[in-house]
Amino acid sequence: MSFINLKDKVVQVKIVYYGPGRCGKTTNLEYINKTYRNQIVSEMVSLKTHGDRTLFFDFLPFDMGKIKGYDIKIQLYTVPGQVKYNATRKLVLRGVDGIVFVADAMAKQREKNIRSLNQLHENLLSYKESIFKIPLVMQYNKVDLKEHGIPILPTEVLQKDLNSRLKVPYFEASAITGYNVAATLKKIISSTVISIQKKLL
Amino acid sequence: MNYGIVSQEQLEQIDTILTDKLIKLGVDCVIIIDMAGNIITAKDNGESKYDVYSFAALAAGNFATVDAMAKLVGEQEFSLLFHKGQESNIHFSKIDDELLLISMFGKDISLGFLRLNVVDVIEKIRQLWKRK
Ligand SMILES: Nc1nc2c(ncn2[C@@H]2O[C@H](COP(=O)(O)OP(=O)(O)OP(=O)(O)O)[C@@H](O)[C@H]2O)c(=O)[nH]1
Ligand SMILES: [Mg+2]
Repeated sequence: MSFINLKDKVVQVKIVYYGPGRCGKTTNLEYINKTYRNQIVSEMVSLKTHGDRTLFFDFLPFDMGKIKGYDIKIQLYTVPGQVKYNATRKLVLRGVDGIVFVADAMAKQREKNIRSLNQLHENLLSYKESIFKIPLVMQYNKVDLKEHGIPILPTEVLQKDLNSRLKVPYFEASAITGYNVAATLKKIISSTVISIQKKLL
Repeated sequence: MNYGIVSQEQLEQIDTILTDKLIKLGVDCVIIIDMAGNIITAKDNGESKYDVYSFAALAAGNFATVDAMAKLVGEQEFSLLFHKGQESNIHFSKIDDELLLISMFGKDISLGFLRLNVVDVIEKIRQLWKRK
């Protein structure tokens, strides 16, 4: 639920990066955090284990400037990807306005991507949301690994596995080099803001 | 998706209630957030400088976690949550299924006194909501 403050003319929008364990959700936010310092008002908050795995969420508030006189405050979150953390994953999804599904393009992760997307579908249903209706962008991450000779799923395969029914915008990306991290973010922000505007009309 | 839109008038009334009933009594900072971690309004005594956006995200997560634990042990909810520190304390209270009231206060205010006022504030805010 985006929250709209008519007094101060502020709109808060919640965008969640979702995907299987170690697919690169936190790395996306870290890249955004270091690249857009001037649009970020406060520190990134990371609730993680000693091994740097997300335990609850990462949180990064991102200032979009004004649209039609409204100050747009984007709240970026990641979920913990490890299978055992579904209860907390669900909590983070509460009130979500837009989702980036980060898939791991490594060939050996094929099954995990599919399972994670199915669980996203179920988790949204528990909030009476539909994966077919909510603003969603696919990101096929770690494409840089191809250069290192590590087997990568071709985009056609990822599209067929994950996006054949959803048909949402998608990007090949490398969160570690930053390739298409900003493009993914811009796309989900614009889809989400458009969807909120539509609901307001 | 349901949309939380609060009118300017409602927010001003809520701000007045928070200022009169909590800030004037010496509470450092009061925030109303929704369960998604959005800030509805924040009032402070002009001295405290908290990063309210991060605070709201963490507070919503904290409350949601405790709520989930309550369900696991068969409780409807733990409607009161309180964290005590050396210099400052944080008190959480549920307004309704969507909203939380969070007060941050120092050692010169007792928990009992704060709770009385919080109950009063919540009652007033609920009435305001009902009227809309
Ligand atoms: N080569 C390569 N490695 C990446 C990329 N993105 C992330 N990684 C690495 O993958 C590992 C996991 O990244 P994280 O961002 O922590 O993954 P996560 O999705 O947040 O994982 P959880 O918090 O457990 O859900 C780290 O070692 C990253 O450096 C990428 O685009 N390319
Ligand atoms: Mg992570």
